[in-house]
Amino acid sequence: MSGPLLKVENLTKHYPLGAGFLKKTIPVVRAVADVSFSVAAGETLCIVGESGCGKSTVARLLMRLVKPTSGRVLIDETDIAVLKAHELRAWRRRMQMVFQDPYSSLNPRLTAGQIITEPVENWERLSRKQRKALAAELLRKVGMSPQMMDRLPSELSGGQRQRLGIARALALNPSLIIADEAVSALDVSVQAQILNLLLDLQQQIGIAFIFISHDLSVVEHIGHRVAVMYLGRIVELAACEALFANPVHPYTEALIAAAPVPDPTRVRLEAPVQGEVPSPINPPSGCAFHPRCPHAVNRCRIDVPRLVPMADGRAVACHVRAPDTDFPAQPSATATRSLTAG
Amino acid sequence: MIGGGLLALMIILALAAPLYAGDPLNMDPFKRLQPPSTEMWFGSDNLGRDVFARAVFGARISLIVGLTSAAGAALGALLIGVLAGYSCGFDSIVMRVMDGLMSIPTVLLAIALISLTGPGVGILIFAITIVQLPSVTRLVRSVVMSVRERPYVEAAICGGARLPKVLLRHILPSTIPALMVQSAIVCADAIMTEAGLSFLGAGVPPEIPSWGNMIANSRLYLAIAPMTIFAPGICLAVMVLAVNLLGDGLRDLFDPRAKRRR
Repeated sequence: MSGPLLKVENLTKHYPLGAGFLKKTIPVVRAVADVSFSVAAGETLCIVGESGCGKSTVARLLMRLVKPTSGRVLIDETDIAVLKAHELRAWRRRMQMVFQDPYSSLNPRLTAGQIITEPVENWERLSRKQRKALAAELLRKVGMSPQMMDRLPSELSGGQRQRLGIARALALNPSLIIADEAVSALDVSVQAQILNLLLDLQQQIGIAFIFISHDLSVVEHIGHRVAVMYLGRIVELAACEALFANPVHPYTEALIAAAPVPDPTRVRLEAPVQGEVPSPINPPSGCAFHPRCPHAVNRCRIDVPRLVPMADGRAVACHVRAPDTDFPAQPSATATRSLTAG
Repeated sequence: MIGGGLLALMIILALAAPLYAGDPLNMDPFKRLQPPSTEMWFGSDNLGRDVFARAVFGARISLIVGLTSAAGAALGALLIGVLAGYSCGFDSIVMRVMDGLMSIPTVLLAIALISLTGPGVGILIFAITIVQLPSVTRLVRSVVMSVRERPYVEAAICGGARLPKVLLRHILPSTIPALMVQSAIVCADAIMTEAGLSFLGAGVPPEIPSWGNMIANSRLYLAIAPMTIFAPGICLAVMVLAVNLLGDGLRDLFDPRAKRRR
């Protein structure tokens, strides 16, 4: 297949805080700001970051469960970000989602078979026999016994439920599955089973994944490329091995250094980054990471860094590590004001 | 499920009334205000009518008004509540109307409606339904608003389900338990309201025996023939109790925590 499966350009989502009827400016949460990436067929793109950095919002924007404030989501040159609800239906077949919580993402009143065949029945009528055959096939694909199809979700374990979630996503034969923290609610042993299932599916059907996680060991295991997000922005986008071997952005560095390593002899470095994640309601000026960054220079406080492509194919948004020579610093009005005030 | 059994018994007795009770309208001027006897179990009223027969036939009115108003309010609330819970624009308009309705006292609206059209069972049911509608609608709406955020509803949308299917298959079933319990409360309330309105003369027409108008007719004769008031009064109390017990039973049935405790 030529060209990327999915292309995301400058995706932005602001959530207004409260309804501003007379007030001119409403405070907004900048959940996702100016995010761009693409996914090729059969590829796994991982999105990592701390809680609240906008990972899940990206997933919900891609599925159009929420409408983006601006930006484009392109599948085959069609921008699904601006489609109306009924036009969107056709595109939903191409992308499916696996949800984080295997308990609340399955309707407790429907049986396993009903849950996993429902997407197909949204498009075509199935006879009882066809439905049973489809349910059995889907269950077998995710490594479950077809006898499970009459069970209610409450009668299944967490791992089995998440397998159902994956079976439901597979039902429409999508070319891309978005997995939003799909294994973080599961035990470690079950996590491994589900991850291996996803890898097997990718090898068999050539499905592409956008895998959203905060767990770096999971990401290292399954990712081809990794996007690191901080406060709604992508700060580094690189091939998986390159990112873990040689992180460029100071935040990526800190994130990898903070991840536990199963080696008791290794001496942990002092945490390289201090402080809390700032609020996305009133993010720091310039680079959102500068208040916590040990390498911050003046420009970081003024200018939002652009994602700059580097020699080895990665892209980094950092004035210090990846200086952006094409664009001279353009201090924004708010940034200068906060500088003179401080 | 004592309430359910009691209510079922009363429904059977009311339906089978013509088989065993006498004519509730038959007047006998020579047998006025009689004490209970083997011929007339609860005695007779000031016009010589059989109080037992009237009490049994009166149950029909109470049941009809109670059950139809509850069913009407439940269906209306389901329709409005599900749509209001899902669509913000519809919600803001409809819920203001509901707030307005909520501020009208039941009895006042019923009397106003009946003075417009003349007494009748239909208009009485309509008035009670309209007044009960807002509270039930609010309940359904709040359940819908909490359920529509659940991931399984979003999953259904991702799967390409159309809106009616999302509403009917994934959202509506969750509202049924709360709705059933609330309907039982509405039913008990409606029975009380009907009795109150009939007592005031604003309820069912006087020629139809109702517990409310029985009590109203007999209040002057309390000292001479106490059964004329006690019979409908006790019937009313037992029926309201039965419906409320049914409501409690339903709540326990649908609430998993209450079930575990038993």
